[in-house]
Amino acid sequence: MITKRIIPCLDVKNGRVVKGVNFLGLADVSSPVSLAQFYSDNGADELVFYDITASAEGRGLFVDILTEVASKVFIPLTVGGGINSLDDFDRVLKCGADKVSVNSGAIRNPALVLEAAKKYGDQCVVLSADIKRVDGEFRVFAKGGREDTGMEAISWIKRCVSNGAGEIVVNSIDTDGVKKGFDIEMLEAVCDAVNVPVIASGGAGCMEDFVTLFNALPKVDAGLAASIFHFGEVDIKTLKQRLKGANINVRI
Amino acid sequence: MIAIIDYGVGNLFSLTCSFKSIGADICVTSDPDLIAKAERIILPGVGAFEDAARKLRQSGLDKVIKEECAKGKPLLGICLGMQMLFEKSYEYGEHEGLGLIRGNIRPISDVIPKGLKIPHIGWNALSFGEKKDELFKYLNEGDFVYFVHSYYGADCDDSVIATAEYGVPLTAAVRKDNVCGVQFHPEKSEKIGLAILKAFCEI
Repeated sequence: MITKRIIPCLDVKNGRVVKGVNFLGLADVSSPVSLAQFYSDNGADELVFYDITASAEGRGLFVDILTEVASKVFIPLTVGGGINSLDDFDRVLKCGADKVSVNSGAIRNPALVLEAAKKYGDQCVVLSADIKRVDGEFRVFAKGGREDTGMEAISWIKRCVSNGAGEIVVNSIDTDGVKKGFDIEMLEAVCDAVNVPVIASGGAGCMEDFVTLFNALPKVDAGLAASIFHFGEVDIKTLKQRLKGANINVRI
Repeated sequence: MIAIIDYGVGNLFSLTCSFKSIGADICVTSDPDLIAKAERIILPGVGAFEDAARKLRQSGLDKVIKEECAKGKPLLGICLGMQMLFEKSYEYGEHEGLGLIRGNIRPISDVIPKGLKIPHIGWNALSFGEKKDELFKYLNEGDFVYFVHSYYGADCDDSVIATAEYGVPLTAAVRKDNVCGVQFHPEKSEKIGLAILKAFCEI
C-alpha cells in the first residue's frame, strides 16, 4: 500500500533558505541544495520549496536553485510561493518541479486551478489553504495568513478539487507555531469532504504528533513541517522508525 | 549511448539528470538516425494517452521504435511511455498503442476497492513474484518507488515482472524480451530508482 509521506518544507528567500538551520556536518546550512540532499538522504519522501522572495531578481535566483536541486535530488519536488499564472507554473515546472502549489493566486483567480489542471494534469496542481477558525466556522485566509477572505474553507476546498486540484495542503493558522500537534478537527473536516490526498501542516512539535495524526486520521496522506526538521528537533529517519513501530506504513 | 525519445510529451529534465548522475551517456532526441545509432532507448511520457500516441505517430517515431525493438535493442518505457507499449488504451475512448507488449491500459477504478484515492499517488512497495527480473537485480522485494497514475496495464499476465499493492496488485513493471516498461517514476524514486536505471543500462 501507499505509504504515509513525511515532507520538510524549505522557505527560500533570494536563493537562500531562511529560518535558522542547525545540522552537524552540513557545511552550508542555508544552501537549498545541500539541505535538499541532506533531507533526501535521511528519508524525506518529498520536498516543498516555498519562494518567499518579492523581487524579480530573487525569483531568478530561485529558478537557478530549483534547477540545481532537481538535477541532484531525485524525489518529488513541490514548489509554491508567488504562483499567480500559467506562466509561473511553466517557469518552475521547466526547472524540474513535479507539483506546483497555489494559495493566494487561486483566491485572486479561482480559474487558475482549472486552467493549470487542464494543461498539466490534476496531479500537478496542489491547493494550499491557510485556515483559521472565525465565528465558529473554518475561514480561508490569504496573503500568508494575514487577510481574512470571508470564504468558508471546506466549500472553497471542494470547489478547487472539482476544478482539478489534485492534492490539498491544510495549514491550520490556529495550531501553526504552537507545536502542540496538528489540527485534527480541521483536518478531519477536510478529509471527510474530499477524496484527493490531504497533507497536514501546522502544529507539529514532536514525533508523537505525527503518530497521533496518522492514528487519528488514517485518511491523511502526509505530514508537513519546517522548523522541527530544520532545527533538528525531529530527525526524519528516527521519526519514520517510530511510525513504523506504531504500525503506520512508511518508506524506510 | 542511450536515446531518450523527445516527442513533445512531458518534461525530460529530471530523467536526463538521473541518467547523468549514474554516468550514462545520453542524448535527448527525435532524430531517427540517432535513435538507430543508440544502444538503448528510453520512451518517456506524461499526460494523456491519446495525445501522446498521436504525437508519436505524427513524428513517425512509432515506426522507428518498432524497427529498433525488432532488432533486439533494449527499450524502457516510463509511466505513460510504458502504457504506450501496450496494444490498446481505454483512457477516454479506445486508442491504439505500439503493440510491443500484449495487453490493454484500463482505469484503475475498474479494479481497486471503493474508497481508495485516485490517482494512485505516492511511494509504494514493489513485489517481484517468483523470479526477479534482471532490471531489479540491485533491488530487494518490498523496495519503494514513486507512482502517479490513474490507468494501469491489464490483460498482460505473461509479461508482468513487478506489481504494487493498492487494494489489488497493480502492474508496476512489464517485460517482453528486450522491451521493458515501468509504471512508476525511477527518476523520482531516489537511490532505488537510479539502481533500476543502472540495471537497464547493463541489459
